[in-house]
Amino acid sequence: MFLQLLISGLSFGSLYALIALAMVIIYKTSEVPNFSQGEMAMISTFVAYTLLGASGQSFTISFIGALIFAAILGVFLEFVFLRRAKDPNILSLILITLGFEMILYGFAGWKWGADQRDLPFPVSDFDIINLGPAVLSYLNIATLLITLILMFILFVFFKYSKVGIAMKATQQNAMAARINGIRTNRILSITWALSSLIGAVAGILLAPIATLDPNLMLDPLLKGFASAVLGGMTSLVGAALGGYILGIIENLFGGYVSIEFKSVVAFMIIVLVLCFKPSGLFARHYVRRV
Amino acid sequence: MDSDFFSVDNLAITFGGLRAVDRVSFTINRRSIFSIIGPNGAGKTTIFNCISGLYKPDSGKIIFKGEEITGLKPHRIAMKGIARTFQNIELFLRMTTMENLMLGRHIHTKTGVWSGSTFFRRGSKAAREEITHREQVERIIDLLDLQSARDQFVGGLPYGTQKLVELGRALALEPELLLLDEPSAGMNSEERQDLTFWVKDIQEELGVTILLIEHNMQLVRDISDRVLAINFGRPIGEGIPEEVQNDPEVLKAYLGEEESIDAVS
Repeated sequence: MFLQLLISGLSFGSLYALIALAMVIIYKTSEVPNFSQGEMAMISTFVAYTLLGASGQSFTISFIGALIFAAILGVFLEFVFLRRAKDPNILSLILITLGFEMILYGFAGWKWGADQRDLPFPVSDFDIINLGPAVLSYLNIATLLITLILMFILFVFFKYSKVGIAMKATQQNAMAARINGIRTNRILSITWALSSLIGAVAGILLAPIATLDPNLMLDPLLKGFASAVLGGMTSLVGAALGGYILGIIENLFGGYVSIEFKSVVAFMIIVLVLCFKPSGLFARHYVRRV
Repeated sequence: MDSDFFSVDNLAITFGGLRAVDRVSFTINRRSIFSIIGPNGAGKTTIFNCISGLYKPDSGKIIFKGEEITGLKPHRIAMKGIARTFQNIELFLRMTTMENLMLGRHIHTKTGVWSGSTFFRRGSKAAREEITHREQVERIIDLLDLQSARDQFVGGLPYGTQKLVELGRALALEPELLLLDEPSAGMNSEERQDLTFWVKDIQEELGVTILLIEHNMQLVRDISDRVLAINFGRPIGEGIPEEVQNDPEVLKAYLGEEESIDAVS
């Protein structure tokens, strides 16, 4: 029982981790928690669904198509709405992202309806590997692998690539970045594209376990946000670990304590973290000397 | 010495009703040190912001190496070879000194996302490029005596050292024109003396032309080839340091008029 809960906890945890990463990437450069992240991922998943069903494309093409769509959607939202904000403060930016959230949610309801659909995924949740007391489905394995690979790519990208380092610089001091020759506007576009793309991966991996409807990402988004807060909002490693920790704790709680209150755990964790370690568990603590 | 290395012609910018910079013109010779002085709020930093592309001037021209650069975006200006420092230090506080200086190399970094992220192989193009950049940066760290701060987070360094890191980052861009906005502000007299030598070194050994905003007259006298004094956005005197310092207009701007002092008493 314990092992089984741990395994499915890890599997859910990696999805939370992806959403948390997507949020942190935007937060790091734009300093705004993007509450439309979930709906952006949901729409992208619907695009994959449409490509698969109506256009009858292969899964690979649909998947790639959805990712390209996600990247374009990210750039579009940042360019058309966020960049237009005059003298933005954090609160107004958050409101803008909440605005997207509603627009995208309404759009999905209008275009695809509230029916619950099934995203045909090439890897099944019912083919399993027996691990003695627990089982591991192929979908679990795929989720874990894809997440780990994606994370590895992201970490290397942020640590070593020119664009990754420029993103870090833009986040810490946009003006200094500009006079050092960094095109901060372009960096913002890339940030949103990348983040939206990661969210879309999470959505597509989540759709076969959940059901595909406009509410697909409602709950996972909040869990992803909780994971990001747990990890300290600015740390990529923290966000990833936060996702796994949340997934495991939530599952164990659901298994041993109360299945009804399983979803509440995430928020209990946010409250506890904010009370005892507001900078997050993994953020490198940086205190400005006075 | 060519006289059309850098010139500002009739530069003007207005904020609301305030003429922050009003028809300012000057020319800087290559490899010289040119200082702008004036009371607080005279518009000195605004001129810098126009040159580095952070503000768009309402009128006037800025010419750099025979090419007009007025109103270009900051990153374009940086690519032309103009670097600057700020009055209130603008650094990447959560990075080390080394990383800050490496970011100064941004416009010289050629490697793309793929090769930059994957230089596992020694001798690959990206690895060689990284080594060249690091050598350059080490040279600057040596020049400015920043060895002890090399791997520390910049946010925790003392003020004077942060100013040097910022100067170092500007140098890492390998500028032909360097704009220094009050480099000695907040430094003690010993640090200020070191700074005087370094600025001189940067001009003489690296061949960088320097445009300086400075309040410390000692420093201005010691290193400037020419000085421009401005007040309320308007030029009030230009020439060699001694000339400008004794100019009655300039003295008036700094010390106020005698009549007005009489009027108060």
